[in-house]
Amino acid sequence: MSALRHIELDTCYLVHLPEPDDFDAWRERARVLIQCDVPPDRIVWTAAGGAGDLFARGDSRLPAPAPNAPPVRASRRFVELARQAALHTDPERFALLYRLLWRLQADPRIMEDKADLDVRRIEERSKAVRRDSHKMHAFVRFRRVESDEEENGEHYVAWFEPEHHILRANAGFFVRRFAYMKWSILTPRGSLHWDGETLEEGPPAQRGDAPTGDPMEDLWRTYYASIFNPARLKVGAMLKEMPRKYWKNMPEAALIPELIAGAQKRELQMVAEGALETEDRPGTLKAVDKAIHQCRRCPIGCLDNRAVMGEGPKDAALMIVGEQPGDQEDLAGRPFVGPAGQLLDRYLEKAGVDRKDAYLTNAVKHFKFVQRGKRRLHQSPTAKEIDICRWWLESEREIVQPKLILATGASAARGILGKTVSISKTRGEPIPLEDNSELWVTAHPSYLLRLDGEAKEKQTRLFEADLAAVKERLAELAG
Amino acid sequence: MESQSILERLGILADAAKYDASCASSGTSGRNSLGGKGIGSTEGMGICHAYAPDGRCISLLKILLTNHCVFDCHYCINRKSSNVRRARFTPQEVADLTLSFYRRNYIEGLFLSSGIVKSSNRTMEQLIEAARILREEHDFRGYIHLKTIPEADPELVHEAGLYADRVSINVELPTDSGLTRLAPDKDARQIEGAMGRTKDDIAETSDARKRFRHAPRFVPAGQSTQMIVGADAATDADIVDKASRLYGSFGLRRVYYSAFSPIPDASAVLPLKRPPLIREHRLYQSDWLMRFYGYKPAEVMQAAGADGMLPLDIDPKLAWALKFRDRFPLDVNRAAREDLLRVPGLGVGAVDRILAARRHRTLRLDDVARLTQSIAKVRPFLCTVDWRPTALTDRADLRALLAPKQEQLELFAA
Repeated sequence: MSALRHIELDTCYLVHLPEPDDFDAWRERARVLIQCDVPPDRIVWTAAGGAGDLFARGDSRLPAPAPNAPPVRASRRFVELARQAALHTDPERFALLYRLLWRLQADPRIMEDKADLDVRRIEERSKAVRRDSHKMHAFVRFRRVESDEEENGEHYVAWFEPEHHILRANAGFFVRRFAYMKWSILTPRGSLHWDGETLEEGPPAQRGDAPTGDPMEDLWRTYYASIFNPARLKVGAMLKEMPRKYWKNMPEAALIPELIAGAQKRELQMVAEGALETEDRPGTLKAVDKAIHQCRRCPIGCLDNRAVMGEGPKDAALMIVGEQPGDQEDLAGRPFVGPAGQLLDRYLEKAGVDRKDAYLTNAVKHFKFVQRGKRRLHQSPTAKEIDICRWWLESEREIVQPKLILATGASAARGILGKTVSISKTRGEPIPLEDNSELWVTAHPSYLLRLDGEAKEKQTRLFEADLAAVKERLAELAG
Repeated sequence: MESQSILERLGILADAAKYDASCASSGTSGRNSLGGKGIGSTEGMGICHAYAPDGRCISLLKILLTNHCVFDCHYCINRKSSNVRRARFTPQEVADLTLSFYRRNYIEGLFLSSGIVKSSNRTMEQLIEAARILREEHDFRGYIHLKTIPEADPELVHEAGLYADRVSINVELPTDSGLTRLAPDKDARQIEGAMGRTKDDIAETSDARKRFRHAPRFVPAGQSTQMIVGADAATDADIVDKASRLYGSFGLRRVYYSAFSPIPDASAVLPLKRPPLIREHRLYQSDWLMRFYGYKPAEVMQAAGADGMLPLDIDPKLAWALKFRDRFPLDVNRAAREDLLRVPGLGVGAVDRILAARRHRTLRLDDVARLTQSIAKVRPFLCTVDWRPTALTDRADLRALLAPKQEQLELFAA
């Protein structure tokens, strides 16, 4: 260090800054002191609002630098960090800044040495201030106040408790964002008021000065509770980014405890409602048979009916899928034995396919009906019900492993494909399936029963053609 | 249906939107509301205005315009065959809600998606209308993210891009067969075609802006996509491979991974069990390795086991280092930046701090400790003037030493 030329050896300086966040005032004084070669340990820095050093004695008048004193050097990185670190609540912050500035004169590249203790301190303080500013941008919550006197009638007021002296430094952010809005931010360290054109600073405020609610907060809380996914609770991650100290001024935070407490219950409920499958598929037809009799996953299973299992050889090359058991199938406990089944038998015979060689089953295993007097009237299963029952159909497919599946009707096709397709567009052509088998789609025989006249003839021809094509294709696959 | 209050509909439509992971509001062009007739600003860095107990950031008002949908994707709560309650907003209602929330500093902007009603084009037009009301009638300068609808006309998607900061379309599943099985109405080629067109549009407009100062901006925050993890049989290797191709071919800003989570009223085709959340986390880590640490996709896959899955108990970077122990220890005072980036426990920031500090002094172990998060984690892979991890890297139980300790499970742990 150079010799102390301009001051007495035992002189101490007491430097007082008018505002706790006034970096520029510090900068001005620090420049003078460096030019006068005042070493860091001869200065006590105090700022308004902070506790003064009770034992500090010294000259509060600054020395005057010599006219030919060299200019003060500071790297851009230092000024950048110092501007932020000056806003920290650490009472030693200005002394730290001066100490670093002092060392910078001798070693201009000291800021690059990240392992240096002082450099680390200034970086930590600057980081804390940046984080506090960022959280202020994020967590300030305005509430609307209606006032009749003003023309615009809307004024937005927020109460916020920052940790550091960051209010003034962040005024620009809110001005740029809410330029066309009247707003005030009240804090225990001071307040800001923007009327759409000019920014005014006000005295420290109290929580009671801010409005207590806003009707929009109900909507916001609803949004907060709904966007939260109870299946993935990560309370730690939330607390890291939104520490509890901010909660008291955020309308949505009041919901957090109940959301967490309710999460597990809600997830269980979601899973139960969804009847999400977690068990393994049954490995034998016998096991499927047993399981479908206990299946109550959709409302059909709860009607007064019984499950109807598929029938046929368990290594059949052809699987024929219908919609669901009808009244007679339900009574007999076998698939395709009612009027539609008998019709199917006739056409199968005509096409030269032996029913005994095929595995016959249904997309839905239970009979869905409404009671009308003594009669049970057939009702089509919904897409959702077919999808639930797919679990059993897929189990049967896995065990039987047919080379060709014939789906009769749209419900059967959905049971295989998982989506609804149009019969007229898909019939007559094979649809490749994932397990290397193929699907042929045709109408349900009961459809033919409902038609008459020309339409019946036309549909019958198409049905026969489909069965003939299936027969031909089966022969190809076998060969 | 019209009798539903705004509050009820917001609940339904926000609930329906929560399975989309993306909520970023960063990386767009900087602008503010000074001199305008409205509100809003974006200053580069995104802001998370709140965090939900699932740890995810709430930055945007993320809702669907409607959850009615003609598609029948099995993993989706809004699919046609699901029994969820349905609701819809008008574009005007969405715009009003966005502005009310924005004025109170709850959000950075809007993330609007929709179920498909009537036709893809009709739906896309409605989404654009909401963005248009915000931008043109209210001079809103905050962030807008629009989901583009598969199969919508390219002209409509282009128009959306003129209002939005970011557009996205979800690839949904890492493999085409998975998509065919679980989203039978969607077509992988169509989705990638839409991404390709958006990429070309971005290139074209950024070129135009170089020559004409007033050329319109087009999705300044780029495009992103989302993949569902664990709903089909795709391995981590498949997913990493798919993600790297998406980054490469379409210049995506982000690929989001969303662990398949049980949805109410699930389709019976769905698995099985939900994947552990940590799997999603490991995939994000591998994503970071590719984007910021200079790992090639093939190298990330080296970290995966024989079954193509990344280990769940340790992070992929540590897994990679344990497999290639011969590349360690590195001399902190000499090693190149790209090598230091491979040391487990050293982040990009720590590596840059080390590089800056070693110009001033020869680093000792204490110095490194000050520059890094955890010296215990990096020590086995580094040498300093006063430290050499003698036999550490040769120890067979190194993995056990470095793997995070098993914690007692929380009662409500997800």
